[in-house]
Amino acid sequence: MVTLTIDGQKVTVPGGTTVLEAARRAGVAIPVLCHHPDQEVKAVCRVCVVEVAGSRTFQASCAHPVAEGMVVRTNTPALREARRTIVELMLATHPDDCLRCERNLRCELQSLAEKLGVREIHFDRLVREVPGDRSSPSLFRDPSKCIVCRRCVYTCSQVQGVGILHPVHRGYETYVAPGWGRGLMEIACTLCGQCVHACPVGAIGEQDQTAEVWAALADPKKHVVVQTAPATRVALGEEVGLPSGTIVTGKMVAALRRLGFDRVFDTDFTADLTIMEEGHELLHRLKNGGVLPMFTSCSPGWIKYMEHTYPEYLPHLSTCKSPQQMFGALAKTYYAEQAGINPADIYVVSIMPCTAKKFEAQRPEMNSSGYRDVDVVLTTRELGRMIREAGIQFDRLPDSPYDDPLGISTGAAVIFGATGGVMEAALRTAYEVVTGRPLPKIDFEPVRGLQGIKEAEVDLDGTCLKVAVGHGLSNAQQIMERVKSGEAGWHFIEIMCCPGGCIGGGGQPIPTNTEVRIQRSKGIYQVDRELPLRKSHENPAVDQIYREFLAEPLGHRSHELLHTHYTPRARYGPPGGKS
Amino acid sequence: MGNEEKQCVCAIIARYRDVPGPLLPILQGIQEEHGHLSEAAMHQVAASLGRPPGEVYSVATFYTLFSTRPRGKYVIRVCENAPCHIKGAPAVIAELEKALDIKAGETTPDGKFSLEFTSCVGICGVAPAIMVNQDVHGNLTPSSIAQVLGQYR
Repeated sequence: MVTLTIDGQKVTVPGGTTVLEAARRAGVAIPVLCHHPDQEVKAVCRVCVVEVAGSRTFQASCAHPVAEGMVVRTNTPALREARRTIVELMLATHPDDCLRCERNLRCELQSLAEKLGVREIHFDRLVREVPGDRSSPSLFRDPSKCIVCRRCVYTCSQVQGVGILHPVHRGYETYVAPGWGRGLMEIACTLCGQCVHACPVGAIGEQDQTAEVWAALADPKKHVVVQTAPATRVALGEEVGLPSGTIVTGKMVAALRRLGFDRVFDTDFTADLTIMEEGHELLHRLKNGGVLPMFTSCSPGWIKYMEHTYPEYLPHLSTCKSPQQMFGALAKTYYAEQAGINPADIYVVSIMPCTAKKFEAQRPEMNSSGYRDVDVVLTTRELGRMIREAGIQFDRLPDSPYDDPLGISTGAAVIFGATGGVMEAALRTAYEVVTGRPLPKIDFEPVRGLQGIKEAEVDLDGTCLKVAVGHGLSNAQQIMERVKSGEAGWHFIEIMCCPGGCIGGGGQPIPTNTEVRIQRSKGIYQVDRELPLRKSHENPAVDQIYREFLAEPLGHRSHELLHTHYTPRARYGPPGGKS
Repeated sequence: MGNEEKQCVCAIIARYRDVPGPLLPILQGIQEEHGHLSEAAMHQVAASLGRPPGEVYSVATFYTLFSTRPRGKYVIRVCENAPCHIKGAPAVIAELEKALDIKAGETTPDGKFSLEFTSCVGICGVAPAIMVNQDVHGNLTPSSIAQVLGQYR
């Protein structure tokens, strides 16, 4: 342990602690900008400078390790001046459209300027003219707002292992972008949106589609139905100021009704259906010598990653559409038939924790109902925006239940929202289908939690099923390399593109970090525990749709509506072309 | 990238790939050989070092000695740091732009001259200074530009 003095306070911390961290323990929150709790030290912004006695220059506290007897001052006139100058220099090169910026009131640069009392900018304004990128349906980039903190670079390279965002050019000209001025749709971007969570300002965000949804809701000819992904119910509350991980299922349904949706359904219903289809697909592959290991296919960022990076492994992906797309296809066929509504008049909106889902919904093959299966995808953040715009007092809403029949679901479906959840849901059903016996213990602990790669073995009446779970694409890459080497012998692998699974998705409220992910995960497993039904094959609405419409898992109609195919993609397309 | 260029790039990569920090010497080698770093060459470098192509582009655009666009036979680099600036670099730049009929950052249509800025070249004693490829010219005035360019025309 090391004892040092910070602003006159003695503090004792383990050796190797940074001055920034030690100061926090001494009750001083030194301002930061390039620092991110989940990332390694970059020390590029210098906002966190402090005075260390005996040191000629100011030191960046985020990178400066403590030492015995060190005397640190964090709040002197010279430091306040230095910090304000650093922020003023950033503001001098930053567009001043804060009132119209998507990150208004959620911008770290803005709150830093407020915190440091910046009232004037003593430098000439020099805003870079850099072309923006709206080439993808999921994300926009506005590099003119980039403050070159490199947080997105770390996320894209180290967390996701995709490595398409880098600083380009030099000095004042520097901003972060894909090489050669390519748009996100021209390269191997997975559209996961983790860079949005890394970005402290409004340089990257989702393509806002709330206007399209407002227009549909105002159109009397349209029957507007909405589906909500599992992970949204433990995150939406954060958009209206509730603590991370608060369970707001009933209030979310009530808010959607107030916004004017004609029916409020649940993606959890088709998550249960996914378990039936994907579980039977796995059993079929195991029995008939099919391609193994089989990978889950719910996560559109993971799918796009495979198409770009491991196209030779596409036959390993389950052919099941994601629950979002299954829902869309059934809303415009089964539900249209039941409700007696012309599918051409049905407009399907999804509320997703995900930016890649916007791309998925626009894939040309996602029209098996004869119409676009899903018309518009909104992120959790966009729904938060609509709720705020409508003036809905969210926390005062009475809970409302989902509509029948596409709103009935089980705990197995809810846990799709956390890493390991699809695997656990599949095992709950596969065990009972294969053995014919009830599960001795419903919770599969080894596949839960935030460890990067999780492995388990399950005895299915003499057959040992070896499974693996990975989340975040760096972990996915490690799993793929082990699959390629053939050493692991897995049968079934769940991959979620985003760290933590969908609860940490690129469309979730800001901030999303490890601490927040843990809280949302707790919420997910609590919802599961409290539901009366916790196994997908016990969902009565799933039973009903097979009896009335689909006939059987992997049947003819299922293949038509619920299964899909994949497209090999280049890693770098020609300029202006599609990758 | 033609077959010949591809093989040449391959040879440069092979020469440096096992030295520590091979990226800069490889890019320098290609720059010297071909006068610029083409996109195809940078992709080839990225693939052989197992790095993302964007990272190679990032490095290439950071250093002023690399160019991602084809350049003229003679590259004129004008120092843009303070001592040269104070000693009259702006007038020298204006004269160069006039004499070559191009702006800084451009190449003459005949492919002979490119005009660029550079950071300090370390000869502040003879400011303002320029480099034409590897030759240094100092103590310049607008009226001495015609004579300097004449050596390369």
